Amino acid sequence: MYEYDIAVIGGGPAGLAAAIEAKKNGAEKVLVIDRDIELGGILQQCVHNGFGLHIFQEELTGPEYAERFINELKKLEIDYKLDTMVLDITEDRTVSTVNKSDGLTNIKAKAVILAMGCRERSRGAINIPGTRPSGIFTAGTAQRFVNKEGYMVGKKVVILGSGDVGMIMARRLTLEGAQVQAVAEVLPYPGGLIRNIVQCLDDYGIPLYLSHTIIDIKGKDRIEGVTIAEVDECRKPVKGTERYYDCDTLLLSVGLIPENELSKGIGLKLDPVTGGPVVNESMETTVKGIFACGNVVHVHDLVDYVTEESRKAGRNAARFVKDKISDYGPVIKTEPGKGIRYIVPQVIRKENIEHSIDLFMRVDRIYKNEKLVVRLGETVIKKIKKAYMRPGEMERINIAAGDLSTENNLALTVNVE
Amino acid sequence: MGKKTVTCTICPIGCSIEVSGDKSSASGYLISGNSCKRGEGYAIAEVTNPTRVLTSTMKLKDSGLKRLPVRTDKPIPKEMIFACMKEINSIEVDSPIKLGAIVIKDILSTGANVISSRTV
Repeated sequence: MYEYDIAVIGGGPAGLAAAIEAKKNGAEKVLVIDRDIELGGILQQCVHNGFGLHIFQEELTGPEYAERFINELKKLEIDYKLDTMVLDITEDRTVSTVNKSDGLTNIKAKAVILAMGCRERSRGAINIPGTRPSGIFTAGTAQRFVNKEGYMVGKKVVILGSGDVGMIMARRLTLEGAQVQAVAEVLPYPGGLIRNIVQCLDDYGIPLYLSHTIIDIKGKDRIEGVTIAEVDECRKPVKGTERYYDCDTLLLSVGLIPENELSKGIGLKLDPVTGGPVVNESMETTVKGIFACGNVVHVHDLVDYVTEESRKAGRNAARFVKDKISDYGPVIKTEPGKGIRYIVPQVIRKENIEHSIDLFMRVDRIYKNEKLVVRLGETVIKKIKKAYMRPGEMERINIAAGDLSTENNLALTVNVE
Repeated sequence: MGKKTVTCTICPIGCSIEVSGDKSSASGYLISGNSCKRGEGYAIAEVTNPTRVLTSTMKLKDSGLKRLPVRTDKPIPKEMIFACMKEINSIEVDSPIKLGAIVIKDILSTGANVISSRTV
């Protein structure tokens, strides 16, 4: 049995930032555990630029962004174990791990930070009809093959879903000589960021078909083609709109799901909308001493926001170890109102907020010239005018500590009005 | 110059901006569809000299890692992207290599260097 102040599960952007911040805030023994053979997580395969605009005021590539944090982690002499699977975490914060050199090992930590990130929705999750040939990849898998392993996935490509990774891969495969014929998106608006539509699709003349989906896959051993059709408001294919595309590769970019198998094992409460743990203002889950941050809590669109959130988790885990987190005083619950899908954090203990707190949320569709109205109980405490809101871009509202009531059990609601 | 439409990437609104030549205006262009001032400069740059930072990977010799992520250290003209890709794919890089090390100097006389974007 090894003993640590803080064990961080996952060495991607969330785990790195949380571990660094925990150490800087006085946690002495910090350990990062990752199943991959190097730190950095998915950033290492995201060779495109655009990371770090908020944190560093620079446009870095994924590996550059990761390396800054890895260097800092090493400078702070934070321990890390790679090529190591976490099998189980208990409520009393014992982490069991397995790897080739140490075998089965138990680690007892005073606090645990969950930073496992998310994984991609696959074909099975969206039920596309047709045969089951090879040549169908999630966009992130294709990204790993091309950017890390050095394998080209195909020559004639169709992409389903307009998530950011899918669009990034449309450009990447085009640059490497593939012909990307189309991106089909079932929703009437694109899933990813506008800059990716312009710089990954428009720049290369790749068409984006909104309100379209794949209704058939053809091919026995390798995929030979797909049929794309327009869909109506109920997402039902419209007869007569079918088009057939010859292709040897289909990429899926149809959403990300927080990876919470370990969290379920601990028995902490998950939010059915985000798919991640319910967290409070300190990024602590419903199990004492177990914190969570980054895409394991809710899927972010920018890594910069993951870093910010994870620093908060690291800082508070260090405070927890020193017994400096208050569990007394008024508790406020956040509740998504009209037009809002979810709010993180779900619980706010006012005593632990120094100056202000950021609430993160997503809207359920596109809104133009509306307001985000924040109420505590019946009282409006903040109104923010928004020229444009879309589900693909996370909204952030800062609430000053002074605006939060000292009454217990009030609901804080946010509505689009 | 004829009328051209560009999608602005400065903020999430993503205005569709129309640009056409107009000798009577100070900038030389007539611009419409933008909801803020910043869109003007973006739209003019996009129709006169669109540039992009090019990111890719290169073959890496003698390393556990097979591909080295690289990028240009400044934006290059958009029409040079495929020519630069050909150049990038024709060269193998030796390891070890440091983040920021120049792997191709002044690629195709664009004034931009191709640099390593990680340490191996």
